[in-house]
Amino acid sequence: MLNSKVPAGPLSEKWTKHQFDLKLVNPANKRKYNIIVVGTGLAGASAAASLAELGYNVQAFSYHESPRRAHSIAAQGGINAAKNYPNDGDSIFRLFYDTIKGGDYRSREANVYRLAEISNNIIDQCVAQGVPFAREYGGLLDNRSFGGAQVSRTFYARGQTGQQLLLGCYSALVRQMHTGKVKFHPRHEMLDLVMIDGEAKGIITRNLITGDIQSHAAHAVVLATGGYSNAFFLSTNAMASNATAAWRAHKKGAFFANPCFTQIHPTCIPVASEHQSKLTLMSESLRNDGRVWVPKKEGDKRHPAEISEDERDYYLERLYPSFGNLVPRDVASRRAKEMCDLGNGVGETGLAVYLDFADAIQRLGRNIVTEKYGNLFDMYKQITGENPYEIPMRIYPAVHYTMGGLWVDYNLMSTIPGLYILGEANYSDHGANRLGASALMQGLADGYFILPYTIGDYLTGKLGENISTEDEAFEVAKTDVKGRIETLLTVNGERTVDDIHRELGLILWENVGMARNTAGLEKALNKIPKLRDEFWQNVKVSGTADELNPELEKAGRVADFLELGELMARDALNREESCGGHFRDEHQTEENEAKRNDEEFTYVATWQYKGKESPSELHKENLVFENVELTTRSYK
Amino acid sequence: MRVTLKVWRQQKADSQGSFESYPVENVSEDMSFFEMLDMLNDQLVLAGKTPIAFDHDCREGICGTCGLFINGRAHGPLTGITTCQLHMRSFKDGKTIIVEPWRAKAFPVIKDLIVDRISFDRMMEAGGYISINTGGTPDANEIPIPKANADEAMDAASCIGCGACVATCKNSSAMLFVSAKVSQLTLLPQGQPEREIRVKNMVAQMDKEGFGSCTNTGACEVECPKEISIIHIARLNREFIKSSF
Repeated sequence: MLNSKVPAGPLSEKWTKHQFDLKLVNPANKRKYNIIVVGTGLAGASAAASLAELGYNVQAFSYHESPRRAHSIAAQGGINAAKNYPNDGDSIFRLFYDTIKGGDYRSREANVYRLAEISNNIIDQCVAQGVPFAREYGGLLDNRSFGGAQVSRTFYARGQTGQQLLLGCYSALVRQMHTGKVKFHPRHEMLDLVMIDGEAKGIITRNLITGDIQSHAAHAVVLATGGYSNAFFLSTNAMASNATAAWRAHKKGAFFANPCFTQIHPTCIPVASEHQSKLTLMSESLRNDGRVWVPKKEGDKRHPAEISEDERDYYLERLYPSFGNLVPRDVASRRAKEMCDLGNGVGETGLAVYLDFADAIQRLGRNIVTEKYGNLFDMYKQITGENPYEIPMRIYPAVHYTMGGLWVDYNLMSTIPGLYILGEANYSDHGANRLGASALMQGLADGYFILPYTIGDYLTGKLGENISTEDEAFEVAKTDVKGRIETLLTVNGERTVDDIHRELGLILWENVGMARNTAGLEKALNKIPKLRDEFWQNVKVSGTADELNPELEKAGRVADFLELGELMARDALNREESCGGHFRDEHQTEENEAKRNDEEFTYVATWQYKGKESPSELHKENLVFENVELTTRSYK
Repeated sequence: MRVTLKVWRQQKADSQGSFESYPVENVSEDMSFFEMLDMLNDQLVLAGKTPIAFDHDCREGICGTCGLFINGRAHGPLTGITTCQLHMRSFKDGKTIIVEPWRAKAFPVIKDLIVDRISFDRMMEAGGYISINTGGTPDANEIPIPKANADEAMDAASCIGCGACVATCKNSSAMLFVSAKVSQLTLLPQGQPEREIRVKNMVAQMDKEGFGSCTNTGACEVECPKEISIIHIARLNREFIKSSF
């Protein structure tokens, strides 16, 4: 059933050969095709612009007022590429190898290799667009090592790399909007996918200002709608980031892959109050000089300055003498949670650990610390009101990225013909764990350099096909969407949308968060359906359907998270191993490290929606490794 | 703490708006300004009233979506931050806080505190790009760029397009926004081929959108959350004059 369509032949020749084998659309015929692109972040904007440049007619949709608002802007650290400019031994194969290994061997070799190959073109493209990457005095591009990589392959634009790359594809997109090849629909949210004869042929949207429900038809539909971290309510994602477009497509037949693979980032600012609306990430470069510790004594509420050196537990340095504070994200996160679970957490809530710069300030001097981390210290102070030069920072892990997503083949097509998934919304390249500075790379690879080739292969067969919004399928979908909105507005219960979302977030965080086990997952599988019922019986959504109504927007999204959350738990329960961001308490070594089960779980867990009453059905795409040997990570 | 909000409420673009007062109790000083609004909105929903609509998204000061005029200042009383980064500890217990949307002809109100900034996109469409297609670009290191130029281009490029410059300007001028893009691309070798046409087209579009003229008061750079300097306006003016010869 799952045909990955990975081409035969040696790894390094697959993509080149495949590009030749793909059918082409005659240049004069491209204008006869309409393509819908939903989401205009890095992946969506780069795809929409590139498709329009080729001659296709593109309709792009975003719930934002402008493509420049997409959450791609928030990526701080950088973007990887195998340029090997610093002459330190990087290569396409090394970037491929690091990404496969970092993903704990749960991604497809051919896709990851292609990503590494394309990485270099991306940097060329962005520089030509005027992206102001950091440079050396000689005028050439500067690179840095990021997230524990052994080579310096990360390109960056101050702490704003995502923002600058997005502005790059936004500039390409507005240029196409100006020529009329892209029609951009701001403040439009996709609420359903329309299928005709088993293929994706359009979408239903809601105009967020007027509430108007509209049909849009096309020869193919591209979703670049981001990840689902906000299922947890508190995450580092933007407030509006949601899974609705992907989830609607899933319910229409697109399989969902590895939903339990979520990434938790260790250095976030902890929750301050019950009214916390989102979490803020601070660059993990802080761990280069900060020392992580908790008081040795349980429940020690003294001021950190009163806790002497021998009363402190620098637990990462104690457990991992060689990597110390620089252990990977998942390890650092899990250990922090453990310390807090044991009662050694700090701060008012006890859900934080210290990240202390006192030694660094003494060793390097305050000026150097300011030079390296000044902006992060300011940001921390702005949010917490505490000065990290004087009192250790408090940090805690937070959900940050989702590796899982809709399943795609080598052409980035989902299990629905004509439906393509790009960027964080697909599951393809990061396996069970994403490396730092790789998200931007993947989004742009998909949009600039993969989809524009692969989509033609599908479209050639559709020449002359006349798709009209008059088709009955559009009317049916529209009626469904309107009915759902009407239902949300008429429940008129006693709990707000946020209140229920917060409860879902807690269930997921407790049971499908950093460490998972059978009992917890079963608890989640029991609680989530009940909460979903509670939502449909007791939610209160104010306002009407035909006006700008943020509460209604949120309600629709939370309703979908309440279904997706259950699938996340189901997938986590099925995966009887620990790998990457997925840690099962039952599967760990004597030293509490993750224990993979390659014999039974070297596959992509892909879920098919089977209707409201039946559980989703699991399909497996077995992963074959011909070019790398499966090894165990060790940071001791 | 306890505060009283005086908030601009407006049902639709063409409806009459007015200020409404809302007492808010049990505010913690660690809350962000938006978390305080979230709390108030939840209370309004449960009371069967219409919550206050405001634009926001990343809540970490980078997406440019949010923007409120608070006590007469764009993004509130602090400098160098967006509204989402403002916390309640910046206000005194018991005070009244006045909350308004951006006010400018080119930013019509959509609802309550939400305005339409699509004019910014149209100015970008007029020329805020380098006309290259995907693929076929030279190696990224083929053209060296002096570090000082790259750094200054980055200073300009850090604009998040929030519109605080327009909102705070007594003329509702968009010069800081437009100049940031013109300056960035003028400073880079890749931007040279379209240097003249870009500045002409972007300025023409700016005038067409109904933004006012710049009278060099410098208010924009004071309120810009990314602290973009009016040096870029000077460069825009030079480029504009040069382009007419």
